[in-house]
Amino acid sequence: MTVPIFEVRDVTYSYREVTALNGLNLTVMPGQRIVLLGANGSGKSTLLSMLDGLCFPEKGSVAFKGELLAEDRLNGEVEFDFRRRVGLVFQNPDVQLFNPTVFDEVAFGPLQLRCPKEQIRMRVTEMLEELEIAHLKERSPHHLSTGEKKRVALASVLILDPEVLLLDEPTAALDPKSESQMIDFLVSCSGGRKTVVTATHDLDLVEDIADYCHVFQRGRIVAAGTPSEILNDHALLLSTNLIHAHRHAHSPSEVHSHPHRHGHKH
Amino acid sequence: MTRGRTKSRGAVERSLASLVDALEYAFYAEELAKEDGLLQKLDPRVKIVAVLPLIVIAALARRLWLIAALFAIAVVLALLSKVPLATLAKRVWLGVLTFTGLISLPALFLTPGQAIYRLPLLGWTVTAPGLRAAVYLITRAETAATFSVLLVLCTPWSSVLKALRVLRLPIVLVVILGMTYRYIFLLLRNAQDMFTSRKSRIVGRLDGPEKRRAAAASAGVLISKTIQLSGDVYLAMRSRGFQGEVFVLDEFQTHWFDWAVLALFISVALVAFWFGR
Repeated sequence: MTVPIFEVRDVTYSYREVTALNGLNLTVMPGQRIVLLGANGSGKSTLLSMLDGLCFPEKGSVAFKGELLAEDRLNGEVEFDFRRRVGLVFQNPDVQLFNPTVFDEVAFGPLQLRCPKEQIRMRVTEMLEELEIAHLKERSPHHLSTGEKKRVALASVLILDPEVLLLDEPTAALDPKSESQMIDFLVSCSGGRKTVVTATHDLDLVEDIADYCHVFQRGRIVAAGTPSEILNDHALLLSTNLIHAHRHAHSPSEVHSHPHRHGHKH
Repeated sequence: MTRGRTKSRGAVERSLASLVDALEYAFYAEELAKEDGLLQKLDPRVKIVAVLPLIVIAALARRLWLIAALFAIAVVLALLSKVPLATLAKRVWLGVLTFTGLISLPALFLTPGQAIYRLPLLGWTVTAPGLRAAVYLITRAETAATFSVLLVLCTPWSSVLKALRVLRLPIVLVVILGMTYRYIFLLLRNAQDMFTSRKSRIVGRLDGPEKRRAAAASAGVLISKTIQLSGDVYLAMRSRGFQGEVFVLDEFQTHWFDWAVLALFISVALVAFWFGR
């Protein structure tokens, strides 16, 4: 029997009085490409932090490959091993880019995990070339555009070659060209052996990067299914604020409203 | 911005505008540090070892012609390093002249010796030793400051941090310095955006207490954002394997060019030291 990568059981988590996750259940199997769909504040980012062992449930449990993810267990060699296997790309790249140069940034992870320095230099160079950011290697992160920052943040996680990639709103705040490049990278890096969990409210991204979707609302999963099942359920998307009713006029006397989603697919 | 508008701004806003100006200058300095000039090509460690003796000799020299020669070398270095002389004049020479000029002003009149000029109306006498002392102070300060600023303008901040690591500064201190420099830009941009956004929604003028309340509220929001950011940065570090001890790459490589320039600079420093005794 295949052991799930993550098993989330009846998890509750709150920020003071605000409940972020409310009795959540989720299973992620090896090699799955999952999208967590939900409006802002629905609990997606909190769940990703929990899957990355950065916060822990108040109630319920999270297991990684059958082993409980708990604060008192995640330290020393166990934590190193976990960090090698699971990588999280944060929504705000400024949070993730804290080193003086892009090269240092990408090298940070392997250095903390005590990889040999010569090997790190070689891998960083390869990774920068792979993500087409080699020309930025001596640049400071505050000189980069949002698209470039996102790519550096992705490189800084991919260099560890994690089995599981957690992505928080990977295309947020990107211009159309950077968004298209980011989707290409995600499609290429998620094809095959990696387990990829992406949190997003960008519906245009879903079919390209997911085999299965979970729809979030107020800290719970309210629906799950294949991308086509979810994307064709307009009532569900409307009720979870993933699309909205849009009013427009065809002529001065004729005004109508219909469900509307943003973004364009070519 | 006009003087009238500047006067109408609050103290906090003025301070912020000055800080943003300073940051813009830092951006400009980083761009200069990437130029393909002489000093930029040198290994940062070599650069420090080469230029530092010239700064010390300029500050201690007792012959005016020697100070002038060192100043000329600094100007040539600036040109070879593609640092515009206008930038040096505006950012260094004018400021140093004003500051040291004010300090040395009393020496002009109070140093005993041969009188060479009497000020009309006031009747104060400028003495020859007083004038010599003032000229020495100003030229030494100008020369030493020019070398120092060239060193800073031609070295990227990341290389300065790495050089500090090589000079055995505790790694935690160097990492904190680097992160402070990285995030101060972000936080100041946030602060500037907050002030601009507030200003765009205000019609008329706020009185003193209202201005203070608004400034206090903005400071509170900024502190809260800073705390949130620091927590998130820690989590991002933890997510990539940080467990309280930082490991970094030190990558410096010296070439024959570095050694040749170092030898040249040391020779100049020795000659200057010999003649400046």
